[in-house]
Amino acid sequence: MKLVNPANKRKFEVIVVGTGLAGASAAATLGELGYKVKAFTYHDSPRRAHSIAAQGGINGAKNYQNDGDSVYRLFYDTVKGGDYRSREANVHRLAEVSLNIIDQCVGQGVPFAREYGGLLDNRSFGGAQVSRTFYARGQTGQQLLLGAYSALMRQVGAGSVEMHTRTEMLDLIVHDGAARGIVVRDLITGDVRSHTAHAVVLATGGYGNVYYLSTNAMACNVTAGWRAHRRGALFANPCYTQIHPTCIPASDEFQSKLTLMSESLRNDGRIWVPKSHDEARLVSDIPEDQRYYYLEEKYPAFGNLVPRDVASRNAKTVVDQGLGVGPLKNGVYLDFADAIKRDGEDAIRARYGNLFQMYERITGEDPYQSPMRIYPATHYTMGGLWVDYELMSNVPGLFVVGEANFSDHGANRLGASALMQGLADGYFVLPYTIGNYLAPLLGESTLDESDPACATVVNDVAERTQKWLSVNGTRSVDWFHRELGKLVWNFIGMERDKNGLEKALSEIPSLREEFEKDVRVLGTADNLNTSLEKVGRVADFFELAELKARDALERNESCGGHFRTESQTPEGEALRDDENYAHVAAWEWGGTSDSAVRHTEELVFDNVPLTQRSYK
Amino acid sequence: MENTMTLTLKVWRQNGPAETGRFETYEVNEISPDMSFLEMFDVLNENLINDGEEPVEIASDCREGICGTCGCMINGQAHGPEKATATCQLHMRKFTDGDTIIVEPWQAASFPVIKDLVVDRSPLDRIIEAGGYITVPTGSAPDANLIPVPKDAADTAFDAAACIGCGACVAACPNSAAQLFTSAKVQHLNLLPQGQPERWSRTEDMVETMEEYFGSCTNHGECHEACPKEIPLDFIAYTNRDYIKSKRKNRKLLGQSS
Repeated sequence: MKLVNPANKRKFEVIVVGTGLAGASAAATLGELGYKVKAFTYHDSPRRAHSIAAQGGINGAKNYQNDGDSVYRLFYDTVKGGDYRSREANVHRLAEVSLNIIDQCVGQGVPFAREYGGLLDNRSFGGAQVSRTFYARGQTGQQLLLGAYSALMRQVGAGSVEMHTRTEMLDLIVHDGAARGIVVRDLITGDVRSHTAHAVVLATGGYGNVYYLSTNAMACNVTAGWRAHRRGALFANPCYTQIHPTCIPASDEFQSKLTLMSESLRNDGRIWVPKSHDEARLVSDIPEDQRYYYLEEKYPAFGNLVPRDVASRNAKTVVDQGLGVGPLKNGVYLDFADAIKRDGEDAIRARYGNLFQMYERITGEDPYQSPMRIYPATHYTMGGLWVDYELMSNVPGLFVVGEANFSDHGANRLGASALMQGLADGYFVLPYTIGNYLAPLLGESTLDESDPACATVVNDVAERTQKWLSVNGTRSVDWFHRELGKLVWNFIGMERDKNGLEKALSEIPSLREEFEKDVRVLGTADNLNTSLEKVGRVADFFELAELKARDALERNESCGGHFRTESQTPEGEALRDDENYAHVAAWEWGGTSDSAVRHTEELVFDNVPLTQRSYK
Repeated sequence: MENTMTLTLKVWRQNGPAETGRFETYEVNEISPDMSFLEMFDVLNENLINDGEEPVEIASDCREGICGTCGCMINGQAHGPEKATATCQLHMRKFTDGDTIIVEPWQAASFPVIKDLVVDRSPLDRIIEAGGYITVPTGSAPDANLIPVPKDAADTAFDAAACIGCGACVAACPNSAAQLFTSAKVQHLNLLPQGQPERWSRTEDMVETMEEYFGSCTNHGECHEACPKEIPLDFIAYTNRDYIKSKRKNRKLLGQSS
């Protein structure tokens, strides 16, 4: 791999879009190395990116608990957990650098949980049979992001990173076949302009908000990635979405988002539903033998700790059978009564106090007294822009890190692995691999911002933005987003089948047409205008939703978070078709939303033998 | 729907930093007690758009009380009536049918209004930039278990690190002081062994940057009352102590144990 010598690094400019774990760690590290970095976020401060909301923890194969963990075991668990749809080499590298990440974060002052002797504590998490998860109460994401953000702000202070807040990337500039810059809109003044660099790094997160209701933050969107896709970057595996098993069920139509309850709760909570369809008694009056602990019964080895996809689908099955609980019968119980009896209320409070408090705030119910009600919700997207081993997309000079790329989680992500991947990419992978791309460009200048290649894209963006203000229809952006979300949830949700997907492919485009004709965006483009920001994002979600349906239709197998009802084992588990689908599907934009071209990358498993996942 | 509420909202509308603001009165109906305060605003905005009026700009993102984006004065209280709760986690069951609710942006000279209920809190980032970090370039950290941290110290540092940077402490303070935010950020690092080498320069730089932007602390304690994460006032005392010490520490001798 080629290197850029220290004195030459200052001659290279790099754009980093997004300041979550992947973006902040990448921008900080590139700045430390001496590159000239421009970082962009649409938030008012880099610290607000949605990595902040991750609760549970981060994996690291330290084997501090002496329970037999190793780099190989983390690698193996991640490949298996991803249902053999990720690249072995990427996953092995991820497991290797998981060790360095923990060191780095502790060095920064991240306050991970500790034992009385002062050493780090670990817990088992989301289906792992070793305790390799480092955690910081229920706010590991916030603490890790504050670490990366502090490193980033140190570079801002040092002048190596130029920080652009409240600035949203709306397009990519590709010139002579390579990514040369981006076009952004200042969200306060509405000013649209270009920024150029030797390389562009997207760290722009996932596309879960295509479902409207998800655990993502309100502003999370696919626009940066989607615009890059429209400029030639391949979009891989858009059908892979993780539906997280433990979220608070929706309460009504005005629900704006769903709140996740860390799955660490499954370590002590028992999941059940009443056996009777018309159970009307108080929870405490339902005798043990009339409760259906469906995970414990079906999966004795893993019990309540089965991987997320398995836990989610089983919850859907019992709710669909009419066994759901709560006023809308749209949840299952997560019950702490036994744990409280065993360990005492204080111990449970120490472990989950802030989560219990959050639950009480939202529902008005006290989980120390009665069980929580939970139901699956869209949480994380394993698909994303296609990247090679060096995290570069097929567009030279365009790198993609964190949730925005597709690379490490296959068809299902294990708990506590998202934080690990974001930081791996940003701290320990991209800073080296980007040098390999930049080294031969020594002496080349960046594209002049007055170049027609920039001006054309700037005009495109300005016109597109203005266009939405002139539609003057009758319905709000949120209305259309909500309707789109219902289609995506119903037809490309936890279970997919051919009929449903075909239905989605006919209904999404017609809803989109209506959206383009009838959306109402008020106000102006030269001022803070949240509806105007949203409308462009929703427009991109419409196109992505269509591709997602096509990808799900073409992948006629079940794997991880992608469950095709046509492809299941006699016990109802996901049945892979390795002969025909042991590959990555990478879609090339074809000029319209229905003309994308499917490319494949074969997945070769030299180290982890392909087996049917079993958690019995 | 049963049990729904009808509410009168008096909302601050202001088109930009240089424009004159005003209160507008709106009525919202069929508000369910299970809605969050921001979802109630979603309903208001949906109504406004239907009526051809520009929606109210109100900041929010995670809606889980952790990102610190949201925040406004609700009936004169930062983040509203429920203790230890950010605006997004405030639910309508805390209000009663027929209530009038006054909603204003954070008020502090250092937080100018951008539009309606949205303000500019960038001075908080300037304080972090001045020293809110431990200098540990990527790759240079020793093994994570090399430095044991006594549990009490780790837990206290955590209590400080829980700050979400929302700015409610500044908004609630009669002096618009940022002592609670700054001291939480200073003490998160100063309490840990990893934070010792830069302890005195960090304290000095962050406190002095804070003073460029914000008012002075006169120990009212309103900040703690408003804080959604209940950051203890103790951190302000610890920081004052560290600041005084920072002025007389001979930094050439810091390698000595005492």
